[in-house]
Amino acid sequence: MTPANTTSVKPQGRGIRQTMSDLHTWAGLLVGWLLYAMFLTGTVSYFKDELSQWMRPDVPHQRVLPDAAVVAQNVSHQLTTLAAGSPQWSVYLPTERNPVVNVFWRNAPTDVKGDKGGNRRGFEEATFDPATGQRLKARETLGGEFFYRFHFQFHPLPVLWGRWLAGFCAMFMLVAIISGVITHKKIFIDFFTFRWGKGQRSWLDAHNALSVFGLPFHLMITYTGLVTLMAMYMPWGAQVAIKTPAERAQMSAQLSAFPPPIKATGDKAPLASIDAMVRQAQARWGANDVGRVSITNPGDAAARVAVTRGEATRVSMSPQYLLFNGTTGELLDVKDNVGAAAETRGVMYALHLGRFSDLHLRWLYFLVSLGGTAMVGTGLVMWTVKRRSQLPDPARPHFGFHVVERLNIAAIAGLSVAMTAFLWGNRLIPADAAGRSATEVDLFYGAWAATLLYALGRPARRAWIELLWIATALLTLLPLLNALTTSRGLWHSVAAGDWVYVGVDLMVWALAALHAWLAIRTARHKPKLKTKPVRAAQVAAAAQTSDTPVNARLNEDRA
Amino acid sequence: MAQVRRAARLNVSALVSRIVAAIGGGYVVAALASVAVLALPMDKSQAVITGMLASFAIYAGAVVWVFAVRSAWRAWAGLLVVAAPLALVAWAVSSGLVTGGAA
Repeated sequence: MTPANTTSVKPQGRGIRQTMSDLHTWAGLLVGWLLYAMFLTGTVSYFKDELSQWMRPDVPHQRVLPDAAVVAQNVSHQLTTLAAGSPQWSVYLPTERNPVVNVFWRNAPTDVKGDKGGNRRGFEEATFDPATGQRLKARETLGGEFFYRFHFQFHPLPVLWGRWLAGFCAMFMLVAIISGVITHKKIFIDFFTFRWGKGQRSWLDAHNALSVFGLPFHLMITYTGLVTLMAMYMPWGAQVAIKTPAERAQMSAQLSAFPPPIKATGDKAPLASIDAMVRQAQARWGANDVGRVSITNPGDAAARVAVTRGEATRVSMSPQYLLFNGTTGELLDVKDNVGAAAETRGVMYALHLGRFSDLHLRWLYFLVSLGGTAMVGTGLVMWTVKRRSQLPDPARPHFGFHVVERLNIAAIAGLSVAMTAFLWGNRLIPADAAGRSATEVDLFYGAWAATLLYALGRPARRAWIELLWIATALLTLLPLLNALTTSRGLWHSVAAGDWVYVGVDLMVWALAALHAWLAIRTARHKPKLKTKPVRAAQVAAAAQTSDTPVNARLNEDRA
Repeated sequence: MAQVRRAARLNVSALVSRIVAAIGGGYVVAALASVAVLALPMDKSQAVITGMLASFAIYAGAVVWVFAVRSAWRAWAGLLVVAAPLALVAWAVSSGLVTGGAA
């Protein structure tokens, strides 16, 4: 509502709904732009693996998922030479969604000190073709991982800063949800209310419908988002209670699927059969439910092998693994349960990531999450729509209004342009260019900054329409660019039955259509000079659900 | 006119006071609760995790409280009323006077 009336000394008589409405408005506005970006990149991250596949066209399409045990054996054999002297290898086995083998290994201690070769993070990575067991040379890119890391740490901000910022925004989101619900007295009735073509009313109805429709999801996703990083946000209990190394190990066993570290003896001993260990895990969990094989002290007499369960078949991220003696192959430990609180945390974590979901559920996640993005977006736009009618001279808004209006354009329409530019960069930057992964990210931020400059330089209405059309054009041409720059155009993908590539190309077109439609709606919209409050309150369009909000006008603009 | 200006300044300072109470005070209450939970008779690592899990709900509740009540003074008073016993328990836990269950 309007900012507090400054002339009344005692703001008495302002009911809880009014104060909660103010809280909702201002908490939402302050972090709304970042929240919108977190929501949209998070939404896209439900298809992170698929997007990563699409962004590495040099990696051939895999038709069948090879046996995990054979793959683990082959890859660990290669690592004995490739990662010789490393204290730990982690082999992430192929899944249906990510059909390659990703391997990380810690650098040998001498490498880290020597500071030549090796990389600064202290570990190396490589990708293997599960079918041939050969190392894959793919273009250097973050792939879908970029949106994922942007979503919770604003990559490439320093990780600590980025995560605190994300947590701050998430906490505001939680408060905005609760205050929004308290504000909303007719939460059920309004869900079935949609007043078309009524300017501010329509925006309010759209915002309400989006919020109420997805309320359980929004609440869940916000809270579980905080839970994923809770040890960082709320470290105090652990600091008080966890002091000895034994307590630390006990705590970490509740949260982490990495077994406790063990000292190398220095005596050499060959690794036992990894294949046999993975088979034991497969017998326990199922053939395709082995997620990772971690080998500590490979080649040493104190070698340990942990075979960790995958993420796809249970709704929990709590640690489950089998621990083997690496030289004898003897099963040392079966980790299959954690305490109640730790399991709760594991379930919440899994609910946030949605990795357990099959394709249908994944689409539902995506759509509801897109609804959440639209909820934040409509909320932001409503702030300007509501205040525009109260401006003394709508043609010359005050500074604050001007700032919000322009940031809205760049944060909403501009983000679509920037994210698409990132994908364009993936196809246009030469595959062997040095530092191309960082260049892609630079392109994302460069494009985003450009849209902000554009939004500042054009009349608001024109800026909305033009940026939406630019996003439409970039999205529409992307599958064509893909067909021109790779041998995996839509036609080939269909012929080869490569449904990930087909899916990404078609999805991009669907999003292009959405943007075109929003652009047309905005362009056709004629703002009313004066609203008629009495009549507006009477007209209530009947039940419209998820698809109506995007129908709402994108912006009421100056005449 | 001067009166109006003074009133406006009062209002702004009350608002700032509430914002500080919400963001800072709310976090302190949540943090204290996440330590105080260690006094519960349950396994130590589970208690730590329970405290973390619940802390965000407590934080959000504190923020809503701060803006729901009639004045900034009440907001602070409410936070103090909750924080004081939590702080006492948290202090007892951290100095080893109270140990929860298996700990």
